[in-house]
This record gives sequence, C-alpha cells and structure tokens, in this order.
Amino acid sequence: MTDAQEHEEATMSNTLYDRIGGEAAVNAAVDIFYRKVLNDYRINRFFDNVDMEKQAAKQKAFLTMAFGGPHNYTGEDMRKGHARLVKMGLDNSHFDAVVENLGATLEELNVPQELIAEVVAICETTRNDVLGR
Amino acid sequence: MFYVEHYGVSFNGSIMYKLTIEEQTYTCQPDETVLDTLLREEVNISYACKKGTCHSCMVRSLDTIPPAAAQVGLKNTLKNHQHFLACLCHPEQDMVIKLPDASEFYTEGTVVVNEMLNRNTLLLIIAFKDAFEFNAGQFVNLQRADGLTRSYSIANTPQESNTLEFHIRRLPHGKFSAWLHDDIKVGDTIAVSEARGHCFYLPERREQGILLIGTGTGLAPLAGILTDALAHGHTGDIYLFHGSREVEDLYRIDEMRELAKQHSNFHYVPCLSGSHVPEGFMQGRANDVALATMADLKGWRVFLCGHPDMVNQAKRMTFLKGAASADIYADAFLVTPTG
Repeated sequence: MTDAQEHEEATMSNTLYDRIGGEAAVNAAVDIFYRKVLNDYRINRFFDNVDMEKQAAKQKAFLTMAFGGPHNYTGEDMRKGHARLVKMGLDNSHFDAVVENLGATLEELNVPQELIAEVVAICETTRNDVLGR
Repeated sequence: MFYVEHYGVSFNGSIMYKLTIEEQTYTCQPDETVLDTLLREEVNISYACKKGTCHSCMVRSLDTIPPAAAQVGLKNTLKNHQHFLACLCHPEQDMVIKLPDASEFYTEGTVVVNEMLNRNTLLLIIAFKDAFEFNAGQFVNLQRADGLTRSYSIANTPQESNTLEFHIRRLPHGKFSAWLHDDIKVGDTIAVSEARGHCFYLPERREQGILLIGTGTGLAPLAGILTDALAHGHTGDIYLFHGSREVEDLYRIDEMRELAKQHSNFHYVPCLSGSHVPEGFMQGRANDVALATMADLKGWRVFLCGHPDMVNQAKRMTFLKGAASADIYADAFLVTPTG
C-alpha cells in the first residue's frame, strides 16, 4: 500500500484499483476489514451463523468492487444477496457502519484520504440495491 | 471439420484443450472456462456466482497443475492438492478433472488393531497392501458391506507403513460406530475411500506458531497434524488444547505429556468442562481455555476439530484474536444420532 502512495504521482491516470494497489490491497485489507465488522456491535449480528470461510471470499469480492476493480456484480445480485438481511432489519445505519469500517481499514493501511473518498463513493452507488429499495 | 477436431485447433487458430472426466472427454472452446464447457455439455456440476466468489464449482485436477488464476483465494492446502475453480479456469493444457461428487474409489483394508482408548473410544488400525495416499489430518469414508458409510479422520501420518489409524467414539444410537465397536474383529476387511479434506499440515513457515483445538475424537486429526509437524522439524510453538467433559473421555494423556517433554516447542493442555477437575488439567471448554491462554494469534496457524458448534465459534474467535482467515483450518464433525 505504501508503494501505491509513492507511485501515486506517476500513476494518476490509472484506475482507482491500480492506484490503491490492486489485488495486493484487497488481500491486505480483507482480514482487517472483516475483523472490524465482526467486532462492531452495531452490525455483527448480521454475520452470526455465516460460514467464515465463504464470508471471507465474499468480502474479497466486495472489496475488489469497492476499490474499483474488476467485478461483475449487478444490482440484482446485491438485492438478492442482502434480501435476507433486509428482513432482519438492515437499514441505512448499518450500511453507514460498514462503510465507516471500510474507511477505518483503509486509514489503518495509510491509504490517502482522496482515494478513500473514491471508495466510499463507489459503495454509495450500491446503497439502494443493498437495502432493497 | 474433422481435421479441425483432430488437431484441436479452432477456425481462428486458437488451441482447444480436452477435459477428461472419468471416461468422458469434452473440448474446451477458445474463450470458454472449464465451467462454461461443462455446462454446455450438460455435465451435472454445482455452481452459483460464476466469478470465483462462492467456491461452489471447485473441482480438482488429477494430472496437471491448474492455472494460478483459477486458484486465487483458495486455501494453501486446497491449492497443494490441485483444486481449482472451474468458473475461473481457462485451460492451458489438456486436463483430467474430478468433480466433487464423483463416485469414490474404495480400497479394501484389513483391521490389524482394535482396542479401547478410553471408556467409549475405539482405536482402529487398518492395514493396506500398498501405500495409502493421504496427508495427516485428512478424513476417509469407511463403508460397510451393505453400503452404510461414515466419515472418520485419520489419526496417523503417511510415514508410518501402509496403515490408517482411527479413533471411533461410540455415539448413542450410532449404527456405524456400534458396528465398529461391537462386531468388527482383527482380520476383518473394511472398504476405505480416498482421503479427503483440506485440514492438514503443509511443511512451510516452520517457525510459525500452531494452535490445535479439539474436542473428543477431534484429537485424531490433530494428533496426525502434530506428529507430521514435529516430524517435519517444525520449530514454532505448537499448543494442543484437548477437551472433554470428564477425564474418562480424554485419551492419550500420558503420550501427549511425554511428547511435550521430548519437544520443548510442544505444549499440551488437557481441558475438562465438567465439575471434577484433577490436578494437571484446566477447568473449562477447550476453546475457551485456549482463547484465554493465547494472548495474540497474529501470524498463527490454527486447526480446529470436533463438535460443529465449537468449531464455528472458535473459527470466529481465533480470527478476532488475529489469526489470518487463510491460516484457519477446520474440520467439523457431524454428530448425527444415526451416526
């Protein structure tokens, strides 16, 4: 991730995914992020009874998307994937908490604020689908 | 057209590779993934996301090393055994593939030891004519002549002659365990499947700490992993927390204590969750004692075997204590009353 910072100047024209550090960044972030989510009393009940291994793979796919990387999530995938959670009461406050944990993860990894803002903006585009609206 | 087929080259000149599954051969068209080919050929394969996330379409290459891109995100032990995701695999050569639900190959073995390890756990050792291929910590299916089949973990290591060792707990109303306990004698034969599972030791990062937590016969795979790690000269600390309710349901206590004397990096902690706790044992469930003992699991490799509730809880707790998700290996035992 520090590499990403050092080379930032030279690679401003690259995609967000490249600038943030690509797959290496996803790998560096995934456990830190998921640990924060599981420790967050506001949202961890949504992760009870999920298989941790499968969940870790899903978190990687999510981070790849949030970092502007290659993915083929559709809005429909997002709706289907979260429908069960919406029934459990998933709302804006929980969505905000997840984004907050992601931001804190990236700060911990010394990702520059302007890149974090771009990540947050990508997350924001999924809000209505995730919340089934 | 048959020339094209014969040389395995498409009209635009790209090479087409053959996929062989059991007796059938399929041709992977240019730009197709293995999953695309199998679905087009109407092969019955489970899949869901088609983008490497859900791992539903994981299959195994029996001959060649799969392309690295098809193994992204898989555990090291799965990669080591050439598992890959069909949806991410663009073949780079012909491949022989095994589907996860493919019919299993059984080998006949002969019972050479059956004796009790404690009041309800049977030690069963089965010998084979030829070497049996497995990693310590994997499991096999044992099958009775009438087809009744159950999974059991292997407790020994491949270095020890052509035998497999099992610890069989007698389950209430368990048909299979009752058969093994009551009817099987030395000299009887049993059908044994190929070894399965990805909860095993890989001889890499030998200085890494290893945490083993098991309940009941969860000791079986852990004992195999432990023996394997020590045999490979693992230098990092190895902690084994073995738990049950009462001391009479633990086993191999003296052997483990002896092993701990011989290896300064091995630490054995027997745990009892019941009210009577003699000296030399820790009070509490094995996973609780382990988590209270280990301050920080960052960088540790973790193996969890036993009751599904314990395994699921310990997976999460060891992860929250710092173990990387890729370093947590688990084997949850199904404890069906019909077992």
